[in-house]
Amino acid sequence: MSDASTSSHGDLILTRISKTFGDFVAVDDLSLTITEGSFFALLGPSGCGKTTTLRMIAGLEEPTVGSIFIGETDITTKKPYQRPVNTVFQNYALFPHLSIFENVAFGLRRRGIKDVKAQVDKVLQLVELPHYADRKPNQLSGGQQQRIALARAIVNRPALLLLDEPLGALDLKLRRQMQIELKWIQTEVGLTFVHVTHDQEEAMTMADTIAVMNEGRIEQMGSPTDLYESPATAFVANFLGQSNLIRGVSTSSDGDSEVVQLHGQKISLLKSRNQADGASVLVGIRPEKIRIDLPDVPTTGNSLTGGVVSDVSFVGVSTQYVVEMPWKQDLMVFEQNDGGTPTLRPGDPVSLSWNVPFTFGLDGSQDVNAGSKVEEIE
Amino acid sequence: MAYLQSMATRANSFTGKKGRLPYLLLAPGLVWLFTFFVLPIINLAGTSTQTPVPGGDTGQYVQTFRFANYIDAFNASREQFARSFIYATLATLLALAIAYPLAYAIAFRSGKFKNLLLVLVIAPFFTSFLLRTVAWKQILGESGFVVPTLRALHIIGPQTTLTASALAVVTGMTYNFLPFMTLPLYASLERIDPRTLEASNDLYANAFTTFRKVTFPLSMPGVVAGTLLTFIPAAGDYVNAAILGNPNTTMLGNVIDSRFFRIVDYPTAAALSFMLMAAILILVTLYIRKSGTDELV
Repeated sequence: MSDASTSSHGDLILTRISKTFGDFVAVDDLSLTITEGSFFALLGPSGCGKTTTLRMIAGLEEPTVGSIFIGETDITTKKPYQRPVNTVFQNYALFPHLSIFENVAFGLRRRGIKDVKAQVDKVLQLVELPHYADRKPNQLSGGQQQRIALARAIVNRPALLLLDEPLGALDLKLRRQMQIELKWIQTEVGLTFVHVTHDQEEAMTMADTIAVMNEGRIEQMGSPTDLYESPATAFVANFLGQSNLIRGVSTSSDGDSEVVQLHGQKISLLKSRNQADGASVLVGIRPEKIRIDLPDVPTTGNSLTGGVVSDVSFVGVSTQYVVEMPWKQDLMVFEQNDGGTPTLRPGDPVSLSWNVPFTFGLDGSQDVNAGSKVEEIE
Repeated sequence: MAYLQSMATRANSFTGKKGRLPYLLLAPGLVWLFTFFVLPIINLAGTSTQTPVPGGDTGQYVQTFRFANYIDAFNASREQFARSFIYATLATLLALAIAYPLAYAIAFRSGKFKNLLLVLVIAPFFTSFLLRTVAWKQILGESGFVVPTLRALHIIGPQTTLTASALAVVTGMTYNFLPFMTLPLYASLERIDPRTLEASNDLYANAFTTFRKVTFPLSMPGVVAGTLLTFIPAAGDYVNAAILGNPNTTMLGNVIDSRFFRIVDYPTAAALSFMLMAAILILVTLYIRKSGTDELV
């Protein structure tokens, strides 16, 4: 038991793992490599299989098929207590009968480590709660319990630290603060963090690499910038931030770009930014990339005309417009409130324009709304 | 300033109302307890220091404040005192040993059968306590299946019987009070967040260590409640000793019973009742102090 954390360091490699509960496929033939020392996020709506994946890494569930390696060591069938993996549980799962000190010391004592006091004191310093050692968990606030749950896990210096929606129970402000702190702690201790969340902003703030999961599979994996700027599927485009996806047909090719017909209007799309194999294509553009103008203002790049403002909401840093297009689709436009544009009102006719490289193309066989409503289901 | 004062008056009237309400809610219970517990106890206390009326009939006593009644009563029933506490302790330990795995299985492993199993735990209450004890006598008797089986397996000799013995009394009490042990244990085990057990597993504790360091300590409120609910009635019980025992297994309850109803020696019976009550109260207080479960809420 005591060699659990000393041996087997290295990348976490999941090879073709599946997990089924009866007829329900929670995780479907998933392969994944998580580099040692990285901050990795599994992002997806509830029921997408991200928590099941995490529990299989922790050893709390056994994969139906597939194998899990840390470096050279196969841990697929190892018990949770035999793995160099620790978890920060959702709702923390602190031991209510033990003091904060004993909660944090729990893992060290089980492994027969000598200088328990020094190590616990050090990690309590790290999470900035050095004077709470004698209290009981129920005497701490949610945010403090969260830090203790983190301290209880990282004090063991596992090869891998798993975080299961660790900030879900905190209010928004505290969550933002803890996001920055978690990232700082990860850099400080240099452990591999695998973070499960349904909050895309949380994933983007903290993770080096994000895997977006949907229905037991990974839709796309990459850096937050990659995923945001170049989503590979409609699900990713809608789940990570907001996207305007417009159905179109690729008509002709011209050097590096191709011309796409969107309900009678032509725009250009860089070939390198187009994921579609056939002519049917979903043209995507992020709301904040679009400029909104009165119809007579000259535009550059791609433009769409004939829109009518149907809703305006002022949200401080920006103004969000909903523009109804002639083909009855609502498009979102976010405009920075930097004083440049005149304020538009509902009913105003407008034209939309954006730089050609911001346009991305997705396979046309997908649902335009995939991934956009999932958060509301919870 | 006026605003502050009006706030203060409002706060006062509010706490004033709040102050009376709990007493109103308590009143029916207090009246009941006073009539049927406090008054009889005072009456009993009075009886315990009475002496027979000189030259009077049996059952006629007069108050003489003879506290030596207590010493006499204790000296006459030392054995039964000891037996009451030994048998009650044994029955409590046996019940704990049987009920803990049972409650654990119901709380964590029973799945959809949970409610059915809980009904089965309290099912014995559907028949009377007396009847169940008589049934237990049948089970342990010559015509039951236990004795012939044990004889066939040569675990007991051909002449050995199980009824009318200390063993029968202790097992009878264990059986009768088992639900009182099982239900509180179940309640406290069921309240344990399974994620704390997973967390223990995750933090290098195997199943046994998890039980020792997490599950059992967290179930302590149930252990304390269950042992008290078993020990207290068991220490005062006389039905099991009367039906399943022999003259050498009598408990204090049997002495009190015979002093009251057969010998009509009210003062001794009352004195014994008080001593039993005091002894249980002291033991229970020490036990709760030692187990220190008040923090575990």
